[in-house]
Amino acid sequence: MRKTFAEKLLAIKAGLNEVVPGQIVTVKPEHLLTHDNTAAIIGKIEDELNQYGVVNPALSVIVLDHVVPAANEKTAANHKKIREFVKRHGIKHFYDAGEGICHQVTIEKGLAIPGTIIVGSDSHTCSYGALGVFSTGIDRTEAAALMLTGETWLKVPQSIKITLSGEFKFPVTAKDLVLQIIGDIKADGANYCAVEFHGDIHNLSIEDRITIANMGVEMGAKVAVFPVDELTEEYLEGIDVVRGSYEKIWADADAEYLCELRYDLSKLEPVVAKPHTVDNLAKMEEVEGIPIDQCLVGTCTNGRIGDIEIAATILNGKKVHPDVRLLILPASRSIYNEAIEKGYFKLLSQAGAIILPPGCGPCLGAHMGVLAPGEKCLSTANRNFKGRMGCKEAEIFLASPATVAVSAVEGKITDPRNKV
Amino acid sequence: MQNSSTIWKYGNDINTDMLFPGKYTYTCSTAEEIKPHLLEDLDPNFAKNVKPGDIIFAGTNFGCGSSREQPALGLRAVGIKAIVAKSFARIFYRAAINQGLLLIECPEAVDAYTEGASVDLDIEKGEIKIDDSIFHFPTLPPEILAIRDAGGLLEYTRQKLAQ
Repeated sequence: MRKTFAEKLLAIKAGLNEVVPGQIVTVKPEHLLTHDNTAAIIGKIEDELNQYGVVNPALSVIVLDHVVPAANEKTAANHKKIREFVKRHGIKHFYDAGEGICHQVTIEKGLAIPGTIIVGSDSHTCSYGALGVFSTGIDRTEAAALMLTGETWLKVPQSIKITLSGEFKFPVTAKDLVLQIIGDIKADGANYCAVEFHGDIHNLSIEDRITIANMGVEMGAKVAVFPVDELTEEYLEGIDVVRGSYEKIWADADAEYLCELRYDLSKLEPVVAKPHTVDNLAKMEEVEGIPIDQCLVGTCTNGRIGDIEIAATILNGKKVHPDVRLLILPASRSIYNEAIEKGYFKLLSQAGAIILPPGCGPCLGAHMGVLAPGEKCLSTANRNFKGRMGCKEAEIFLASPATVAVSAVEGKITDPRNKV
Repeated sequence: MQNSSTIWKYGNDINTDMLFPGKYTYTCSTAEEIKPHLLEDLDPNFAKNVKPGDIIFAGTNFGCGSSREQPALGLRAVGIKAIVAKSFARIFYRAAINQGLLLIECPEAVDAYTEGASVDLDIEKGEIKIDDSIFHFPTLPPEILAIRDAGGLLEYTRQKLAQ
């Protein structure tokens, strides 16, 4: 008793009766996520791969998403190298360019199973906490070692408990909540910690939970995790993950936390993160009226069908402001297809938006949608660091899909409460 | 400490885009490719003038953001002796261990350092001396120290596989 999610799960995974915060444990993650950086990772261990091979062809989940389709000869050569590696070593879970952003694809393909550990050479690997997975980011070198050995060490984290009550009042959404939390506790407020979400979780859709868990790393968290409830089980059933085939691990009611926070969802307001840090929180009054050059709706944070639906509904029958480029970046092929079927892309394209293939490109300035010096972008992505979208003299503001869509029409940052 | 060592002092929340811009993430992977872009958007003088034995001082949450390892790999490759910060972001912390780069979490030492102060680092003793003040920093647990002492995780893994 008195154990947190992280303490329970890591004890089970390490084969120990109990563990305490600060303890180092050795674990064998169920999956290792890598993406376009797989080329650099396997480049570090070519001799070892020749000699020993991969430890388990079902361990790796490889998704090409960061620069897709390839932008130049170098990125094309990287992709080719990864495809050859996948064939040669019989990698079981490989998804080529166009399938989607690694985090969305991992979830949709039923690989993010509650009660498991997933590590990935991408900082937003924490996204799977939405489904009760202990998932966290690692560096490329560690990913390389994992391909060979299948095991790594983890320090048992202290935990923070965030209790949610009530319901969002549209146009306030999960993005506003997570930006508010990061603004309150700051970019290192949960450093090294596991963040648990408690309370009226049933009022949050799976999409909401992914948006929130995705940004766990922006408060420094090792994992950001939700309990497995009926909604989780229904979602998993819908993607052919059988009920009862996974462990529903959750914290004891009397577990001990580093600190506890409470949020009433019905009292939240739309917020914006100003340049150049995610915790640089502003209320609408402070930023309203700032002219913008580019808007981005999408990414692994807010590129799901509900997000695109919000944008399409707001843009329906309207036009993107002539001084603004609006980019739509769906998180996966299945979302892309659904947005076509539901007519959202038609509405958005008719309104003047640019529909991009599923992938990461613009979010990290790696491919498409790069900003020019002096430009301002309002984005639903998870990071607004200086230089993030490819230009250090540009500014990035972060907000919800509703705020971004409304602002795209107005040509300036606009409070969505006045327009929807 | 040799007088030739330079101390580079930075603030809080030095993120991975400042340490190594994301736009190079998929075109620069080797130490030689990374070096010229280190701290490019934060301090253009760094890559030009950094030399082996230099030390970085910084505030809280050093290395926050992306999981890209180029900052840790590059800083180790140019010979940074240690980074002394009030705190580190966790992915960067692991990446540094995995590259064999020494990180020292010591808020008191960061507060004590002012420009021009003499800095003397004794890794064995876990001591950092700033002018006449001595600060102690904790050593890593043995499991982790073994990785760093092997010269990084790849060397450590090679040794383990060969056994």
